[in-house]
Parts: sequence; C-alpha cells; structure tokens
Amino acid sequence: MRRLFQFHGGVHLKEHKKDAMVQPVQIAHLPKQLVLPLQQHIGAPAEAIVAAGDKVLKGQLIARPGSNISAPVHASSSGTVIAIAEHPVSHPSHLDAPCIIIDTDGEDRWHTDRQPVDNYHELPPEKIREHIRDAGIVGMGGAGFPAHIKLNPADHVVDTLILNGAECEPYITCDEMLLRERALEVIVGLRIMRYALQAKRCIIGVENNKAAAFRALQEQVRNTGADFIEVIQVPTVYPTGGEKQLIRVLTGKEVPASGLPLNIGVVCHNVGTAYAVYRAIELGEPLVSRYVTVAGSVAHARNLEVLIGTPVIDLIEECGGNHNTLSRVILGGPMMGTALHNITAPVTKTTNCILVNSTVGDVPLPSRDNHAMPCIRCGDCAISCPIDLLPQQLYWYARAKDFDKVQDYHLFDCIECGCCDYVCPSQIPLVHYFRYAKTEIWTQQREKTQADIARERHEFREQRLERDKREKQERHKKKRAALKPAGSAANKEEETKKAAIQAAMDRARAKRESQQIEPKNTRDLTPEQQQKIDEADARRAKSNSSTVNARINGAMDKQDAQQDLFQDNNP
Amino acid sequence: MNLDTPSSPHIHSGVRITGMMMRVCLALVPAIIAYTWFFGWGLCINILIAVATALCAEALMLRIRQRPIVPFLTDGSAVLTAVLLAFCLPPFSPWWITVMGTAFAIIVAKQLYGGLGYNPFNPAMVGYVMLLISFPLEMTQWVPPNIVNQLQIGFLDTLNIIFTGTFPYLLNIDALSMATPLDTVKTELGLNLTVSEIMRSNAIFGDFGGVGWEWVGNWVLLGGIWLIYKRIITWHIPLALMGSLFVISFFFFMLDPDTYASPMFHLFGGATLLAAFFIATDPVSASTTPRGRIFYGIGIGILIYVIRTWGSYPDGVAFAVLLMNMAAPTIDYYTQPRVFGYKKNDEKPSSTSGDEGNT
Repeated sequence: MRRLFQFHGGVHLKEHKKDAMVQPVQIAHLPKQLVLPLQQHIGAPAEAIVAAGDKVLKGQLIARPGSNISAPVHASSSGTVIAIAEHPVSHPSHLDAPCIIIDTDGEDRWHTDRQPVDNYHELPPEKIREHIRDAGIVGMGGAGFPAHIKLNPADHVVDTLILNGAECEPYITCDEMLLRERALEVIVGLRIMRYALQAKRCIIGVENNKAAAFRALQEQVRNTGADFIEVIQVPTVYPTGGEKQLIRVLTGKEVPASGLPLNIGVVCHNVGTAYAVYRAIELGEPLVSRYVTVAGSVAHARNLEVLIGTPVIDLIEECGGNHNTLSRVILGGPMMGTALHNITAPVTKTTNCILVNSTVGDVPLPSRDNHAMPCIRCGDCAISCPIDLLPQQLYWYARAKDFDKVQDYHLFDCIECGCCDYVCPSQIPLVHYFRYAKTEIWTQQREKTQADIARERHEFREQRLERDKREKQERHKKKRAALKPAGSAANKEEETKKAAIQAAMDRARAKRESQQIEPKNTRDLTPEQQQKIDEADARRAKSNSSTVNARINGAMDKQDAQQDLFQDNNP
Repeated sequence: MNLDTPSSPHIHSGVRITGMMMRVCLALVPAIIAYTWFFGWGLCINILIAVATALCAEALMLRIRQRPIVPFLTDGSAVLTAVLLAFCLPPFSPWWITVMGTAFAIIVAKQLYGGLGYNPFNPAMVGYVMLLISFPLEMTQWVPPNIVNQLQIGFLDTLNIIFTGTFPYLLNIDALSMATPLDTVKTELGLNLTVSEIMRSNAIFGDFGGVGWEWVGNWVLLGGIWLIYKRIITWHIPLALMGSLFVISFFFFMLDPDTYASPMFHLFGGATLLAAFFIATDPVSASTTPRGRIFYGIGIGILIYVIRTWGSYPDGVAFAVLLMNMAAPTIDYYTQPRVFGYKKNDEKPSSTSGDEGNT
C-alpha cells in the first residue's frame, strides 16, 4: 500500500456526478457545421493550409503548427471548407478567434493516409513524439499544452509518470467514463507515453469516488502484466485533480514554485491524453474527437464522444436542453470553468464538460448575492487554499491596487481553483480580483517594457543629435581655419573685384590730384573737418572688406543648415 | 438570448456572515441561561437593551454613511457585539450604562472606522473599557450568586432596578452588591492574606473560581467547543490563550501558592473563557494567519495574567484583547505561511513598510 500525502486546504464539494453516468458514452450526432479554432492549445496558433472551397476528409491536416510550441489541427469530419474566418469561441475576453469552418457532407469519410505504428518499441522515442505531435494531441485535462513537449524528458530523468484520473470538479464525468469503458486503451496509451519519456514507473491516480473506474484499471493492469503501473485511489478533495496537488498526494514532493514537475522527476498527463496517444499510435488517428460531459439543466445528462469543432448548442439540444431557457453555459466545471457568451462556440480539444444552467426548474448554479459584504478576515479562504496563500491579504492589496504588495503575497502562485471564493462568507469574488490584479500587472509590465524601449530610443537619438552637432561645429571650425590663410575661389574673385575697384579709385584720385580739381564742398575745409572725412573714408574702406567676409560666412552656414535639415529628415 | 457570464467559480458553499454571527450568538445561549439562573434576569434585560441600541446605532450610522442598511443590519455583527458587551456588564447596571456602552461600541469603535470588517479594535471591548474607565462605580456593582433566588428578585423587580434604580424590600445596591471573586482575591491579597485563606473565608468561591461563575464558565466552554466543531472559529486562539494563561499562572502558583492564585482559578475565573472563545476570536480585529493566531492568543493569555496579578484592574481581558488587537497586523506580517513550492523562509516579502492590512 502506497503512502499518500496531503496538500493544504481544499474543499469538499457535492459531486453531482451520477446523472451523467447512467448511460454509456454515445457518439454525438454529426453536426452540420464544424468550427475548428486555429488556437486550441497553449502556444502559437496553427496556420491554415486549406482555403475556402477545399474538400477535406476526416483526419486530414488542415492547419500546421505555428511554431515549435504549437499543435496542428485536423478536419474532424469530411466536407467542404466554407470559410476561414473569425468565429465566437470560448474565451474570457468574449473575442472572436480565427477558425476553419467546415460544412460536413454527412459521410464522415476518413482520410486514407492513416498510418498506425505497428511496434512502437522499435522506433526511437523522438519518432513517437513526432507522431504524437503530428496527431495534434494536447493536454486533454483542460490546459491544452502540446503533449509532445510534455513527453520530452530533455536532460531530465523521469522517475514517475503520473496519469491524472482524479477529475475532482463536480458534474464532470468524462474521464471516469473513459476509464470505465476504455481502461485497456488508456493503459496502452500510458505505456507508449512511458516509452516516449523513458520513465521508470507509472502511477494512475483516481479519486476514491470512482470505484468502477478504479476496478477496471486494476483489472487491465493485471491482465497486461504491467508491473510498473500502480493504480492508486486518492481521497476525494477538490482540487486533487490539479497537477501540483496530485503530484503532492502521490509522491509527497512539491513542484517548485515557477518550476516544472520535470524538475522533481515527475511528469503528469491526463487520462484523456493517454487515450488520444493510443489512438494516434495504434490506430494512426489524429485527435478529431473527445469525450464530453453534458450536465446540468438538460433532460438527459450524459457523456458523448464529440467531434472537435461541434457547436456547443448542438450538444445541449441533443441532450434535451432548451436553448430558449438557457441562462448560463459553462465550459469546464463549476469551479474553474469559463462561462460561455455565445452558444455557437465549438467544443475544442480541451472541452471536458458543458454545464448548462437554465432559468426554469432545477438551477444547478445559483447566482451569487448581488452585493459582496466586506471581508471580515475570518481566514476561511486561507484555510481552504491548496497553495497556502493568504487570499484575505491578496484581496486587500488587489483591491487597493497595491500591485507590489500583492506580488509579495505570491499572487502568481495562485492557481485560481476557486476554493477561497467558494468558502467566503462575505461572498467576495476573490478569484475575479486575483485575475484582475494579474492582468493589471501584466499590462503594467508590458507598458513598462515598451516605455523602456521608447526611452532608450529617445536617449539614443539625443546622443546622436548631440554627436552630429559636435561634428558640425568641428567642421565649421575646420572650414574657417582653412578660409583665413588661403581663401576660397569665391573669395579670390571678390578680391580681384576689390582690387579693380581700388585700382580705379587710385586712378581717379591721381587724376584729381594731377588736375588739382577738388569737390566744391571739400574746399576750404578746417583741419577738423578734413580729419573727420579721412576717418569716415577709413571706416568705409574697412567695413567694405568685413561685409564681404560676413556674407561669405553667412552663405556657408545656410548651406550647412540645409544639409542638416536634409540629414534629419533622412535619419 | 442573454447568457450570464460571471467569473468562476460558479458555485458557493452558502455560508454567509449572518449565519456565522448567529451561530456565535446561539453558542452563548446555554451560558446565558446559566447566568440567568444564578444572577437573575438582569443579563437578559441588558441583552435586549444592548441589541436594540446596537441596531438603532448601526442603522443611524449606515444612513449617515450612505451605506445599504438592510444587508449590514442583518449581518448579525451588531447583535453579536451587543450580546457580548451585555454579557460583560454587571446584571443590575442602570439602563443608560448599557445604552452608552453599546452605542459607543457601534458608533465609535465600529462605524467610524468604516463599519463591518474595518474596525481595528474589538467593538464590544472598546465599549466595555470606555464604561469601566468612565463609570467605575456602576461597573463594579456585581451581585453574589444565588442572592436573586434567596431574595426572590423577579423579572419585574429587575426591570425596576435597571430602569428606575428602585430596589424592592427597602434594599439598595450597596446591600446587594459585592466584589467578584477576582476582585476579592486582589483586594485581600493586598491585606496580606494568603490565597487559600481568602478562598476559605469567602463563600463566593467554588471549586476553581466563584460559585455560579464556574457554571457559567462551563457552558461558555461548551459553546466554544461547539463553535470549533462547527468551524465558525478555529482552535488556535482559544487553545493558545488558555494554554499560555495556564502555563504562566502555573509557574507563579508553583513559585508561591500563597500569593498567586491557582491556574484553574485563572482559567475559570473572570471572563477568561468568554475571552478565549468569543471575544478574542472576533475575526475582524484578531490575527488572521493560523500561526499568527497562536501568537495572538498567547499574547492575550499573558497580558490577562499580568494585568490581573500586577495591574490595578481586577480583570484584564478587555485591555489584553485591545492591546493584542494593536499587534495583530504586525503578527500577520511575520507569520505568513510557507507557500506551496517554496522552501522554508524562501521568498519572504521584500518590503517591511506599510503593513496596514488591518486598518
């Protein structure tokens, strides 16, 4: 018997799981239209490689990965691409996202090019990862991180590969139904994943309220004789299904803050991912469908195998929900799910549950009180926090917009599980405040980075201008220095003119003096008057030469100025 | 069709402040009954006066502060403050004592600081201390246990005493009143008597504390344990408070049993148990981290002993609680839990200034 560990806090929630597990999993009706978002995963969006009007077959690659951290998208049924356009998707921002929209032809014809891997042991692990990448498999538990990256041990030695079958949120039963009905396939998938990771041992963690799933897994492990796989029941406490929490419960180790499970020799995958890996490797099928729970205010709550891209409303109506009385539709569980703003949004690779709330009859998700009361610092939030944060303090500083302080209290370690919110007697939307604070801090950081870049650019420009000015001054100095002794061509011309004028004046004076003719008003001058005339003449002669020089300099400055202007306009 | 798109989580436990406050009041009911049994109808009448005053004061202040009246009036916090304050007053206090104390607690100690959730000090204790300092005579007129039964002072007589100051059977308050056990010990220790002599010569002492008082204390204890069981309060503050008071009183009792009263006398005497489970655990003014609550409780326990033994007031509960209220934000700051994924003392908050979490 393996020793289990505990994590701090957590809450006990009413399960509401039985309704959807009465019937076995059924295959959902083929929708008329499929909407396949290019971004269904963490990382860069995929790039469409089809165009409107193209005929596609089921399983055909229609969008290739956008970068190393990305995942391809495959057509989930056969039909015609009618558009690659913005379409409503499930996102907190309520923004539309680019999607490939396919009108199905009803034939659901598979792409002929399916290539199962006959004996995966004979391939090197990186080939297996390539196959998994090409199948478009991402984390099916909700995060949607591309699986092939999480199956790459890099330089680490993986001691334990954990398969997460805890499924701790109320209402959701798709993993449990998968384990009940496809335990063998999940275990085959797990073995392939183990091979890709070269992990020593495997643990499948299942909450102890899933007895049937647990038994099915145990039986299949016994049948396949995989003695390196342990199936462990863990206590039913929300959020045991959180990756860090499950690792803690099963191994007693804590994933370091801002670290990865790989840092402690552990990798954790969802059971749904293992099943998708099985289908990709053993059947050669890319990820085109998944198990989805439809629960809440619907006549027939159940689990369906749904083609990726099926509009949510189709599934709600298939399960007997009435679109006229819908009040809230949650994708995911009641604790962490996202409320949908538009029911034409599609099921994606990470959609595990559609939780329907209606305005009539039994309302599974009652609205909160309109007015939150002030925090009374009862500390119930801190008691329930699985990360051991102090939500009451985080709330205080988030509300005061003291974003430094809120980070001191480890805001970014919050996993937004909602336990604090759930137990708060003042009904304060704590998680909402924390998301707000995180977004604000991200925005501030982005703005700060931008401001830093702008400031650097400005300082660089100032420096350049300063340098140019200095260089210009030096150029001037040099030019002036060159001007004085030699003089430029223009200068010479002026000087010849000046010399000619001077010569003419000299000639006139000589003539005058020789003829002894003087201007009448200059005759009989007193010596003082004569002296003044002489001074004036001297001044005139002097100023003549200096104005010429000044004019030359002025022209040069102007030319430089024009040159500068030109340079400034063309940096 | 308009879909609701609130932020997750989409479900709630259904616990509300009103429910918490009312359960705390409910936990006091057995003690109130026991108190009434030993000391007459005074307490019940005081509670009614205090609750009425508290609700009026609260409504008035909410109106002045332009806050929604109904949600705050029904949150139960004003009622609880009133009940706790009334529980601390002598049973035959004149009505205006109760009214003044409660009004002061609600208006000054609570609403002027910003109302529910924003008061740095325990409002009931602020009201009590104000009364104790301003009206020492009225606040020390206690009656011995069972005297109401012996003299057959009924409900109407009590009403008369409280509202008009008229005593039946030509009695007056001086004839009725006597010191509390804690008071007696304090006064007579000053007369150089030993603790055991004092205990033997006064009929008011029972097994541990005072006759009657002990029984009230037992029911307070039971109510407190029920609150912990119901997870309205945590064990940290009560246990730390009683533990530290026990340890310190045991130490001095062992040192000199003639001068220092026994640990059990301290635990069951005065308002220790009420403080441990009902007063110090007021979440708004107490420390909010689990480890901080232990330090907070220890601090109150030690201060109660220090004030009782060497201070000039017979009981130190109110002062001890208020003093530790002041220390709560600092305690919270230094007792943050280790966050998941961090090593011990790793990544402590960098700044030490501006720790105004409770103001």
